[in-house]
Amino acid sequence: MQAIISTSKLSKTYASGFQALKNINLDIQRGEIFALLGPNGAGKTTLISTICGIVTASAGSITVDGHDIVKDYRAARTLIGLVPQELTTDAFETVWNTVSFSRGLFGKAANPAHIEKTLKDLSLWEKRDSKIIALSGGMKRRLMIAKALSHEPQVLFLDEPTAGVDVTLRRDMWELVRSLRATGVTIILTTHYIEEAEEMADRIGVINKGEIILVENKAELMRKLGKKQMTLQLEHPMQAVPAGFDHYRLSLAQNGNELVYTYDASEKVEIADLLKALNDAGIRFKDLHTTQSSLEDIFVSLVEGKQ
Amino acid sequence: MSRLNVHAIRAIYRFEMARTWRTLMQSVISPVISTSLYFVVFGGAIGSRIPQIDNISYGAFIVPGLIMLSLLTQSISNASFGIYFPKFTGTIYELLSAPVSYIEIVVSYVGAAATKSIILGLIILATASLFVPLHIAHPLWMILFLLLTAVTFSLVGFIIGIWADNFEKLQVVPLLIITPLTFLGGSFYSMKMLPAFWQKVSLFNPVVYLISGFRWSFYNVSDVSVGICLSVTVVFMAVSLAVVAWIFRTGYKLKR
Repeated sequence: MQAIISTSKLSKTYASGFQALKNINLDIQRGEIFALLGPNGAGKTTLISTICGIVTASAGSITVDGHDIVKDYRAARTLIGLVPQELTTDAFETVWNTVSFSRGLFGKAANPAHIEKTLKDLSLWEKRDSKIIALSGGMKRRLMIAKALSHEPQVLFLDEPTAGVDVTLRRDMWELVRSLRATGVTIILTTHYIEEAEEMADRIGVINKGEIILVENKAELMRKLGKKQMTLQLEHPMQAVPAGFDHYRLSLAQNGNELVYTYDASEKVEIADLLKALNDAGIRFKDLHTTQSSLEDIFVSLVEGKQ
Repeated sequence: MSRLNVHAIRAIYRFEMARTWRTLMQSVISPVISTSLYFVVFGGAIGSRIPQIDNISYGAFIVPGLIMLSLLTQSISNASFGIYFPKFTGTIYELLSAPVSYIEIVVSYVGAAATKSIILGLIILATASLFVPLHIAHPLWMILFLLLTAVTFSLVGFIIGIWADNFEKLQVVPLLIITPLTFLGGSFYSMKMLPAFWQKVSLFNPVVYLISGFRWSFYNVSDVSVGICLSVTVVFMAVSLAVVAWIFRTGYKLKR
């Protein structure tokens, strides 16, 4: 698949001397949903801002659909829509006017039909004549998206799109993002909500201290780094893991009432063999359940591993 | 998209003009009222006791100076606020990430600010005609000086708006530099009325040339040669343009 955004040896050092990005090489594939995860101050917003032209790179290059963002900034920026983290709007402007303004700013002729569709898609049509100051936080968040979509971009950056929004609205946002992807828009989102990335992303990038420490297909990442556990609730508590089971990674929990078997998601495991061996050894259990580590567990282990 | 982002220029220009109409009281009515008060006080009450200057009644003499006073302060105020406000609210992100050239940004913001101050200047001119008999000797030159001054000081305002990082700084230059320079630039008197030493000092004040040239377009009398007035105005504009070009080349106070 062809990369729609490509960064090469990208670095950013602020005037204060703080190095926010270190030699970033990253390809975003056309049509994917890419989630960029990282702790506070990791460089997520700096990376997005640099690609969008708000922050000047100290070194390296960026192309958007083959257009260099410096030499060919018009072509590059026309393809991008940005929804920033902060709800920054002109409080006294109306919804319709501010979205129309954004479309004009990005060099597109007025298209009331498109603005109408965008506002309807984002449930803002009824508010088109309202001043922004009168909108709720959730509506303002949707308005920011409407502004970013006003010029029909091919790439949409969502910087913490669901920060501070309620669960219902978050679900609506996810639905919107999926529907945009279905129309061919490439989505790059940063988020603190790991479940958001887990729910939506095709690929995950993890950034920490200005370095991309991992880029992986989400399913592959979960398979490679995810741990699974099978927990057996014993009929009779144990003092220690019985002899002869050393080659299985077994441990006891809940004061010996549970026997926990841990294995990698990628491992070929013979659960049936383990259960048979336990049965043969006379170890009885009342119930069992399996769990898989979440993306959050993987993210935490990755970031902590780098510290 | 064509090489020039006309849609962006139109969008910013319209947005800025719409802001003027939203703040009609502050943008238009308030300067008109304060200028009318100048006419009442200086032109009527005090002016009637002041002898004619260059065969022009005092009330009529101060008209070009008062228009310039409003033109300068409003050009700076409109342009500085126009670019400072997006910085303050954070909406500047949209401008910086849009496919807009620096020239287009300047043309649209400065164009809107200059338009507003020219409209205001013309309203004040119309208001003045209600108080004093007016005669414009060189109407085309009057329009040229009006245009050049409005654009130049809108550029200055744009620079101030980018430089300022709080509302206090936004007011410092207009209040502490521009207004005194305008008052001391011959808005209310002729240079010839000053002692010789202060006449020479006044020649370092660029506003003297703006007012003098503008007054010449009305009454065909000038403290300084019209050619010099025009040259100083154009040089001032060129310096302002050079500073704006430097700001955008370096991203000063705009990009991190």
